[in-house]
Amino acid sequence: MKSLAYKDGFWAFLMLLPNVLGFLLFLLAPVLATFAISFSDWNLTDDFRFNGFDNYKELASDPVFHKVLGNTFYFTLVSVPIGIVLSLLLAVFLNQKLRFIRFYRAAFFIPVISSMVAVSVIWQWIYNPEFGLLNYALSWFGIDGPAWLTSPKWAMPAVIITSIWKSLGFNMLLFLAGLQSISESYYEAADIDGARWYSKFARITVPLLSPTTFFVTVMSIINSFQVFDMAYLMTQGGPARSTSVLVYYVFQNAFQYFRMGYASAMAYVLFFIVLIVTFIQFWRQRKWSIY
Amino acid sequence: MKPRIWLKPAAHIVLIVGSFLMLFPFLWSISTSLKDMNEVFTYPPKWLGESLKFANYEHMTQRFPFYRFFFNTLKITVIVVVLQLLTSAMAGFVFARLRFKFRDGLFGVYLATLMVPAQVTMIPTFLLMKEYGLLDTHWSLILPGIVSAFGTFLLRQFFSTIPVSLEEAAKIDGCTPFGIFWRIFVPLSKPALATLGIFIMLGTWNDFMNPLIFLSSMNKMTLTLGLANMQGLYSTDWPALMAATVITILPILIVFLAAQDLFVRGVTLSGLKGE
Repeated sequence: MKSLAYKDGFWAFLMLLPNVLGFLLFLLAPVLATFAISFSDWNLTDDFRFNGFDNYKELASDPVFHKVLGNTFYFTLVSVPIGIVLSLLLAVFLNQKLRFIRFYRAAFFIPVISSMVAVSVIWQWIYNPEFGLLNYALSWFGIDGPAWLTSPKWAMPAVIITSIWKSLGFNMLLFLAGLQSISESYYEAADIDGARWYSKFARITVPLLSPTTFFVTVMSIINSFQVFDMAYLMTQGGPARSTSVLVYYVFQNAFQYFRMGYASAMAYVLFFIVLIVTFIQFWRQRKWSIY
Repeated sequence: MKPRIWLKPAAHIVLIVGSFLMLFPFLWSISTSLKDMNEVFTYPPKWLGESLKFANYEHMTQRFPFYRFFFNTLKITVIVVVLQLLTSAMAGFVFARLRFKFRDGLFGVYLATLMVPAQVTMIPTFLLMKEYGLLDTHWSLILPGIVSAFGTFLLRQFFSTIPVSLEEAAKIDGCTPFGIFWRIFVPLSKPALATLGIFIMLGTWNDFMNPLIFLSSMNKMTLTLGLANMQGLYSTDWPALMAATVITILPILIVFLAAQDLFVRGVTLSGLKGE
């Protein structure tokens, strides 16, 4: 046994080597380096110099950072609940053993596989205030649509609509998998008791689906906090910073203002938020392991 | 569940309307890509122009090297998918089956980095690329793509479910761990590898932030970055922009339609993490 374990060690080393090298170089070391840089005022040209907690203090008093954080929360708190309710309802409908299910599934999944860049270009055209389809459709109902992406009030709702549209199919499939794992026997028992469809939905579907719902919620929150492509492409964070989200400001500080230290501190704030959400997930998961 | 007479028709109606809302932006983009500049700016909008202007696609590829973007993206995606699958599978096998010191500790470190947002690693990675003169080369996208903690974790979990009895005979015959991995684990895991491969492909093909940070010259760009740049220069030439959009989406759409079930399984697999 001892000689076998020795050989295992040799092969383990050989087969792990490329992975561990990449892991150290592009994941672990950068995570630690960003932490160190966040305590410096590095701007790529001057010498590297630590400045203690200055970056974090500046974050606490930077009105733009507060605005950006607020925008990220706005985006998350609106897009996540609406997206979850819609995708759950769609999954319930899709779970009715329908014909054409492959077509529906494909239709909802095509936005998911399309690149955010392509999607942003298409939606900018749809949101166009003069020739766009959206305002044309609104005019049927006598509504004079806003100049979506150039209005400080409507730019964020526009970004949220596109974001929900794009991720709906992904969450719908997760819910569908969750629904399919609920045993028919619960519903049969409820039928014998004469339960109505809404009480079955509220008393069987929703509680038994709660691990999936929780997972989808956590993943959606984490993804929402990292939203970047759309804000960069559709509105460049504007107008008047109304769509500047956290990652957009990180990107600006790092690669436009070259304030690497400040950007790193901000990236760690993001990391911290994601960690908290993840810990809640782990904690709830334990509670559910009784199922 | 007792069948409800109204439920199925209602479901069809909701799903048809929903499918239309999902698909019409793409149909509108195809329609716009085949219109004349004048026809684009008419109100109310029309679905079809006087004639189909396939010349828009030609004009677009004349002004922008879209074939180049396409081959750059294809090259980077293929290399990243193959290498990341290989490193993830080998490491996943080691973590699932081989015994050595610090194994569980090392795997714990991998687990701990699963949730690290890309923005936390991008600044040092940028500096590393700058230091070694790899900025504006495809290496800057390929090298960090070779390894992923998520892929390693996923395959380790999958390999752990393969019964030990399958490899015992091979072990007695003196097969090396790599032989067991290559001849037993890889063939048994084809569906899992394909699913992970599709995920890596989607992420690499559609990636925008990394190309934006690392690439600057036109002939190095990927489709996503090329399209974004084109939009910056021709913000009102909607027919050409839409033609470029169609070209960007089409390859991934073909792969998706050919392997829909794999995509679906991939989503479900990523959902398993939550259970």
